[in-house]
Amino acid sequence: MTTQALQLSHFSAALIFAFFASIVFGITQRNEQREMIKYGAKCFVFFVVGTIAAGWAMWILRH
Amino acid sequence: MAREKTDMAGSSSAKSAAPPQPLTMMSLVAPALGWLIPGAGHLLQKRWGRGLLLMLSVVAMFVLGVLMEGKVYAFNTGDILDILGFVGDLGAGGLYIVARARDIGPGAINLATADYGTKYIIVAGLLNIISAVDAYDIAMGKKK
Repeated sequence: MTTQALQLSHFSAALIFAFFASIVFGITQRNEQREMIKYGAKCFVFFVVGTIAAGWAMWILRH
Repeated sequence: MAREKTDMAGSSSAKSAAPPQPLTMMSLVAPALGWLIPGAGHLLQKRWGRGLLLMLSVVAMFVLGVLMEGKVYAFNTGDILDILGFVGDLGAGGLYIVARARDIGPGAINLATADYGTKYIIVAGLLNIISAVDAYDIAMGKKK
């Protein structure tokens, strides 16, 4: 029996990565619950914006 | 910059607010259990919400990595990146042990997504180490 590998686009893989990594960063790097949520959200935005910015930077270098 | 410094000073003063406690059984068991079972170090200390979220995050990343046919590194003394891959994977604790025992994660070099999967598995291990250290900090009274 062969199983099909999960195929994600680069962007969706980056979004899922950012989501779970941000949860762990938020919980472990802050003390208060409110701060955890804020820091987690900030990390998520940085991950996603960083991914998009890196993508555009590579596109500019390519052209 | 100044704001960042204030943030950092704020968080460090919050961390050092509670005096550290001497080494206890909990401070040894919690990180060890947290490493073996992601989030269990927090659950053991009755941080239910945090423990479950950490467990969900680490397990989900590891499982997604395996489903993407990422590689689970075995112990090796070869390329430095392979050695670091092994160290990262080992951080996943029980998940890594089960994956190796069941021969899961040989890696598929013909799939682009398999490379994402390999990174997911390594990062799951690294995040689990951060979680285990956090469980230790809670046990030592450095964090609430």
